[in-house]
Amino acid sequence: MNDTENLDSELGNSTSSRRIFLKQSSALAALAMTPPTAVAAVNTGIQEKIATALEQMPLRLTINGKVQQLSIEPRVTLLDLLREQLHLTGTKKGCDHGQCGACTVHVDGARVNSCLTLAMTTEGCTVTTIEGLTVGDPATTLLHPMQEAFIKHDGFQCGYCTPGQIMSAVACIREGHANTPEEVREYMSGNICRCGAYANIVNAIMDVKKKGARV
Amino acid sequence: MNPFQFTRVTTPKAAISAVTKESGTYFLAGGTNLIDLMKREVILPERLVDINRLPLATIEKTATGLRIGAMAKNAAVADNELVKKHVPLLSQALNAGASAQLRNMATVGGNMMQRTRCPYFYDPSMPCNKRSPVQAGPDKGRANGPSGCGAIGGHNRMHAIFGASNKCIAVHPSDMCIALVALDATVNVSGPKGDRTIPFSEFHRLPGDLPQKDNTLLPGELIMSVDLPTNRFADNSYYLKVRDRASYAFALLSVGVGIDMKRGTIQDVRLAMGGVAHKPWRLTAAEAFLKGKPATEANFKQAATLAMQGAKGYGENDFKLTLAPNAIVDALKTATKTA
Repeated sequence: MNDTENLDSELGNSTSSRRIFLKQSSALAALAMTPPTAVAAVNTGIQEKIATALEQMPLRLTINGKVQQLSIEPRVTLLDLLREQLHLTGTKKGCDHGQCGACTVHVDGARVNSCLTLAMTTEGCTVTTIEGLTVGDPATTLLHPMQEAFIKHDGFQCGYCTPGQIMSAVACIREGHANTPEEVREYMSGNICRCGAYANIVNAIMDVKKKGARV
Repeated sequence: MNPFQFTRVTTPKAAISAVTKESGTYFLAGGTNLIDLMKREVILPERLVDINRLPLATIEKTATGLRIGAMAKNAAVADNELVKKHVPLLSQALNAGASAQLRNMATVGGNMMQRTRCPYFYDPSMPCNKRSPVQAGPDKGRANGPSGCGAIGGHNRMHAIFGASNKCIAVHPSDMCIALVALDATVNVSGPKGDRTIPFSEFHRLPGDLPQKDNTLLPGELIMSVDLPTNRFADNSYYLKVRDRASYAFALLSVGVGIDMKRGTIQDVRLAMGGVAHKPWRLTAAEAFLKGKPATEANFKQAATLAMQGAKGYGENDFKLTLAPNAIVDALKTATKTA
């Protein structure tokens, strides 16, 4: 394959722009829909629906040990894919702008904000959410050591930020950034807790770290 | 989020062709800023070109120093042994920015390309010349908010004290870029018309009459890597960041220092400030003054006074006129271990 062909195949369905498509599709919609007075009102909604149906792209990734072959719109974030399409609602939507950390998951082992990750960019990746923290680990059947430590140390009040806190805490230890309470505070700063359970969260992480449990 | 087309590329050549092909096309790297701006409808791309698969994440030693690939993640650079040994200022600056999650996502090139955090830029209902350089009329499609500068005469606590214009007083928010400008980095870019190298100090620009233009990249150009020349600053480097909370906040202002010291005398020095201008702000007058002088508080204070020449407050950010020289002196004392 030469470079031009490479580029064409990479560009995929780039030949018709969305704008042109929408003009065509709204004309079709106008023909199909009766009575005519209703057309204008529903036009926008129909455009969206047709656009959604036709603008799906294939996505293959592994989530919590399970291979998923999906079809999604490019604008879907990893967070919305998890919650809205796969019903993995353990991952929370807090600010949806990368400022609170409630949506923290692991992509290929690295903790990221799933709200700022387009799902399409995770093609071929391995994603772990709070639901999959112990998947494939024969030593842990019920709770992950970090989950147990959060319960023991009362590392939450309302619990909304907790899945993100725990995913971040596990990564914090794996990265080697949990050697002192000061270091934990710095490397956990991307997870905001509105209830202010910070002191107990640090205690929980230091407990897991000190016990040397496999995280 | 508005719908858009999505293209995945695996070669820089394909990326450049794809972004040149139609207007409204943007490169997508870590996405930590672009996706946020798209959710807020500040930027409305027609197409994203996903460059995350480009083989540009290598960090390597070269004959003249270090080369860092544009797609290297901020966390990978900050934790890299070569970086920590040869350019610790860069590692410190990176770790002072964002959160562990965001540093796992954000890339070197994307960090350079991030937009200002001016709240008027982020809110399409507010006037902003950077977001809406020309007022969009009813016949010009979707208006992206009114033009004008809301920050001048408005809430401008975070804003510039150097090099601003009557069109824009926003600041560049990066910590990483302060280290890179201080360390005389150069930026290697590739574009439709070929490859070129841009000195880091000329990569970003002042707002002038074109606040919508953050940098000197030409249309279609892709950042490939950043080169850092060998230096003697590793033993006396310090990145001081002053912010509203201890971590995970943008700088009110920051100071990056690298010093080559011999027996208490400053052989050579690099000084740059963040959070004070539309671009990473190099303090060349203060550097020239300090070169060859003993590392004393009196000299640091005089250097800070020189650095502040031409500074101008806009009301809420007047405190920076006092904070900045104090921070310069403080950073110099820490870097020279004379605190």
